Amino acid sequence: MVTTDSIRRSSARIAQMPSFALSVLWFLIHLVISIFFIVLGIADAVENYLISSGFLKRYDAINVGKLRYLAIVVDSEDAMQINKALKLLQWLTDIGVKHVCLYDSEGVLKKSKEIILERLSCAKLYEEGDEKSVLDSKTMIIEFTSQSDGKEALVRAANLLLKRLRSLGENQEEKIFTEAQMTEALKAVGSGGPEPDLLLVYGPARCHLGFPAWRLRYTEIVHMGPLDSMKYGSLLKSIYNFTLVRQNYGK
Amino acid sequence: MFLIRKPCQIHSNQLCAPDNTMEKEGICKFKQLFSYLGCFLRKFMFSILSVGPIPDHIAFIMDGNRRFAKKRHLLEGDGHKAGYESLISILNYCYQLGVKYITVYAFSIENFKRQPEEVQLLMDLMVEKIEDLLRNGSIVDKYGMRLYFVGNLGLLSSTVRAAAEKAMQATAHNSRAVLLICVAYTSSDEMVHAVNQAIRKNEFDSVEEEHIEKVPMIKINDIKRHMYMSVAPDPDIVIRSSGETRLSNFLLWQTAYSPLYSPTALWPEISIWHLIWVVLDFQRNYAYLQKKRKQP
Repeated sequence: MVTTDSIRRSSARIAQMPSFALSVLWFLIHLVISIFFIVLGIADAVENYLISSGFLKRYDAINVGKLRYLAIVVDSEDAMQINKALKLLQWLTDIGVKHVCLYDSEGVLKKSKEIILERLSCAKLYEEGDEKSVLDSKTMIIEFTSQSDGKEALVRAANLLLKRLRSLGENQEEKIFTEAQMTEALKAVGSGGPEPDLLLVYGPARCHLGFPAWRLRYTEIVHMGPLDSMKYGSLLKSIYNFTLVRQNYGK
Repeated sequence: MFLIRKPCQIHSNQLCAPDNTMEKEGICKFKQLFSYLGCFLRKFMFSILSVGPIPDHIAFIMDGNRRFAKKRHLLEGDGHKAGYESLISILNYCYQLGVKYITVYAFSIENFKRQPEEVQLLMDLMVEKIEDLLRNGSIVDKYGMRLYFVGNLGLLSSTVRAAAEKAMQATAHNSRAVLLICVAYTSSDEMVHAVNQAIRKNEFDSVEEEHIEKVPMIKINDIKRHMYMSVAPDPDIVIRSSGETRLSNFLLWQTAYSPLYSPTALWPEISIWHLIWVVLDFQRNYAYLQKKRKQP
């Protein structure tokens, strides 16, 4: 019969277990988890096939108009595979997404923007005010961002506000800038794009990798896995799931 | 390994009343046994987890208290109370595991837009729970916890602000564990506040050094230094309960390399297994995240 004394004795014995045994157990747990993810990957591949082939009817008519602005975060090493990025953008055009912001922290995609825009027949570069423009059914607006549009942009905006403060004279010690003024300053330094509704992360982990913080407040963040294994079905499913989300915005 | 050496202490008076009958004593003994077993298994599991890297800082978005109350047909206030109990459990697990910093998103500036009765209820609950935390024998004592209230505290009523400041002063000497409670907080407010402070500091510096022709500009470290969250390192993990997949204006500056986890359980339903799963997944991605953090 199990008693509290016997548990205490077991606890003392376990304390003497060599750390090698704990390491083996740790390794085994991680092995089981890796196998679980492999099985999950196979299930995802099957679902992707069903979605791409049109067997799952609910993905046929997606209300893509609800997705006003999509952001894609790519790990900078993966971003060097420009062909993958082009394929992803082509899929987005086919789905009907109108505004896309591409981000990778080192600006690999930004450096290749001419190539990308050239190879996509119906894409144009984002300019301020584009978020309000009405586009024809084929055109997609693409914005290219990197870490210089994130924290560094906030620093530039802060320096712009500082400059304005100095130009106003000496009695500005009590001046407190508001969020609205910060937004305007970010626009003035060229980092004032709109806030994405949905952010898809192509990389090993679900983190935004420094995407401009000012634009992430209520953005849905979805992890898509590495860019290497990107799938059309997963993309369609993520956009479909987004159209079902309802936000309270804190209320 | 050290985690198992500390014995599980279950105080029998927490489970058994002194005037029990024979039958009740049997049930009581069973409860004690069950608690010991639970404690032992938890320590065993944590010892295994400790073979790999343990996150230094976990941030929680405690979402789902109202939905929990609705689901269980409770009064709304009871949902938040259940959320507090859940928080204490999770704090216990995290500090036992070896996590040093925990940040919780208790009240957003946007939450002031809720019904005034609900806002007042939350403020009253906060003051009550702060007093509980400062009592002898509370979790603050148990883990030598330092409390920080992070946010635009000027937006709070004087009662709540006074309670928060008292708690910060009373625990200022503690250093073993840190709990950061984000209240009247949004990330955008934090960033604007940091920019304003950096500008003010720079402006005063310039006035003192008038003879210098080129006046220094603000750098990224000037802003970092004035963030409310500068008292802690960036979080290793962000966990948002109730399955929502957004940060809702929480730690946007600090979470570039912090994976976001969204267990579907509502906050009062969050359990040790969610924590264990998140830590295991964090360990799987640790090498990649460390590489990213170290890049310039």
